[in-house]
Amino acid sequence: MNDSEDHPDNHPETVSRNARNGLLLFAVYVVLYVGFMLLNAFANERMQQPVLAGVNLAIVYGMGLIVAALLLALVYMWLCIPKKK
Amino acid sequence: MHYESNFSAISIFAFFVAFVLGLSFFLGRKAQSAKGYYAAHGQIGWFVNGVAFAGDYLSAASFLGICGMIAFYGYDGFLYSIGYLAGWIVALFVIAEPIKRLGKFTFADAMDSKFNSPGIKLAVAISTLVVSTFYLIPQMVGAGSLVQPLLGLSYKWGVLMVGITVTMIVVTAGMVSTTWVQFIKGSLLVFFCFILVILILNRGLTAMPATGGHNEDQIFRDPTWTHITPAGNWVGKEYERYRHPDGRILTFRGIDFRRQYPATYPSTLPVNWPTPVEVQTITTTKSGKLVNGLPQSATNDLHAVGTVASLPDGKGETGPLGPASFLATLQKSEIVTWAKETIVEQDGSSTDIYYPKVRNGSELLTPGGSPTFAGVRTDVLSKKLDFLSLMLALFCGTASLPHILIRYYTVKDQSAARKSTVVGIATIGFFYILTLYLGLGAMTSGALDPTNNTMAAPLLAKSFSNTLFAIISAIAFTTVLGTVSGLIMAGSGAVAHDLMESYFKVPMDDHQKVFYGKCTAAVIGVIAMGLGIAFEKLNPSFLVGWAFNIAASANLPALVMLLFWKRTTRQGIISAVSIGMISSLGWILLSAQCFKDVYGIDPTRSPVPFSQPGLVTIPLGFVVLVVVSLMTGAKAESPRRGFEVVGH
Repeated sequence: MNDSEDHPDNHPETVSRNARNGLLLFAVYVVLYVGFMLLNAFANERMQQPVLAGVNLAIVYGMGLIVAALLLALVYMWLCIPKKK
Repeated sequence: MHYESNFSAISIFAFFVAFVLGLSFFLGRKAQSAKGYYAAHGQIGWFVNGVAFAGDYLSAASFLGICGMIAFYGYDGFLYSIGYLAGWIVALFVIAEPIKRLGKFTFADAMDSKFNSPGIKLAVAISTLVVSTFYLIPQMVGAGSLVQPLLGLSYKWGVLMVGITVTMIVVTAGMVSTTWVQFIKGSLLVFFCFILVILILNRGLTAMPATGGHNEDQIFRDPTWTHITPAGNWVGKEYERYRHPDGRILTFRGIDFRRQYPATYPSTLPVNWPTPVEVQTITTTKSGKLVNGLPQSATNDLHAVGTVASLPDGKGETGPLGPASFLATLQKSEIVTWAKETIVEQDGSSTDIYYPKVRNGSELLTPGGSPTFAGVRTDVLSKKLDFLSLMLALFCGTASLPHILIRYYTVKDQSAARKSTVVGIATIGFFYILTLYLGLGAMTSGALDPTNNTMAAPLLAKSFSNTLFAIISAIAFTTVLGTVSGLIMAGSGAVAHDLMESYFKVPMDDHQKVFYGKCTAAVIGVIAMGLGIAFEKLNPSFLVGWAFNIAASANLPALVMLLFWKRTTRQGIISAVSIGMISSLGWILLSAQCFKDVYGIDPTRSPVPFSQPGLVTIPLGFVVLVVVSLMTGAKAESPRRGFEVVGH
């Protein structure tokens, strides 16, 4: 199951640094996702307004959530690159 | 609608199955050890694993269900896309690396890594089986209901064909062949959907004035047509029916009260009454189906639907459109969608009426157009909570699905787990953006079957060419193969590895572990076929939503707390998994949706306030874990292998 204990990914500092970064990015996404859900549930009519290139807020925000997931994932990958000492 | 068996679809599918089975037998000799069978030796590269995630995750419900929902109701299907993708954020940032670090073959291994407790193994293995079964049924039902229109075989044959193929894939080479099937399926699905979307944008939108149909006023005055006096359940409905001597029946919606009640509405009264529209009917009798009064046949059938009634500025057609202008144009167009009403006749047969509704694009492209999510447009709090609850379950459920989690054991290390999740997010996210265009393209293709929304995507392909229809149909099947093989692997691991080997301590050497794993996979395959045949009438999309709710309620609280809370105890985990599973399952069985669609009793008698349990049962799992852990904390055994994820 575990790879060798010497693997750079298994160093306790690396593990805990990655986990901290992960939780931070996770919190950013949760705010975006919750915002979308609350707008849908409690300000539905606002979702009809065109906001970008004639496309309404519901679609722009929805696609934005998909793109944001990928962007945050890439940021996380970049943060996880082992720092050379 | 009537479908003919399509030889090219059958050939493409047969070619694909033969290829996949050949590959499985070829790979079979590589999976003779337990690590090979359960985890593909941990040797799958991160890119292949990432695409295989997409192949595992994008089930028939994703592909056919979402496209169909968008084609029939607009934006709402896209809400599922958003929720399903968002779940991967939980997987990447919270679950992926620890689960890889702690586990061996199954999710239960990781949950139990700290305590080595048979109780945890038992609870987690049962929850794996429950979630996988709930997920499995809709896949098998999907396979059966696809085979009829696509290949012209009966429902049972579809279930058996898929069941046998998948069982052979899993039994020959376990996780090795499962991975490659999922990789191939994921690539094909995304590639061909992308091609379809390019074709949709290139075709643009064309306005079609209301199709010919009959004029109700003329039929009313024509002596050959006899007006049918409403009786039984037709009384008080807004339909007028006329019978021709040859048996045809014409039905119109929107009755003219001026004619029915001349005293109240004198015909001279200038009322702007809408013109009655011709609708389509199917009557199911004991001896067969009647379409518009005559027996259903290749020449007498419902006509295809789904058109643009008018484009902005009165244009006839748009020509090729860009991704944004396609959506912006639709928002300003009027679109004809078809809805259904059922009337039970006095002799016990029932008539389904399909009628057109002209809707504004701007309304179709905002949330709340479908029965599932209509609650967000009302002021009723419980309906809004139902919506939030489902979206929460989709968010939390992905990273708790056992058949997804076991893919983390097929890669080498945590870094590969992370990279393959990012590839998975890119592939799946791209696919879900495509689903919006596929659904809207089908909605305006003029090719929809009003009776069957799962056929939206294949019929959309048919509106371009028959070859594309054959390819998309074959891919729809392989979609089922990829997901079902993952589910059978998850079930096989839960029974053979978690229950037999770890809980009941059946002594087995490495070779026997593989043998028992394969036997279990075969048994689960047979059970899957049985369930698929038994639940033919059940709507697959509910079950997938329920599987997410149960997975999120049973597994997520225990998993997250195990990783982030030092004082979590063995008893805490066992109670959180058991109570999360039982409460969410119980809630679902008592929900209004289940009352209506499964038991067929009055949904208002349901004792629970909304149908989706996640909003209550996910937090409940956390509360139970914390309370039980605090109660049992003092006598909890010291961790055998301590680990700490968060810095001090």
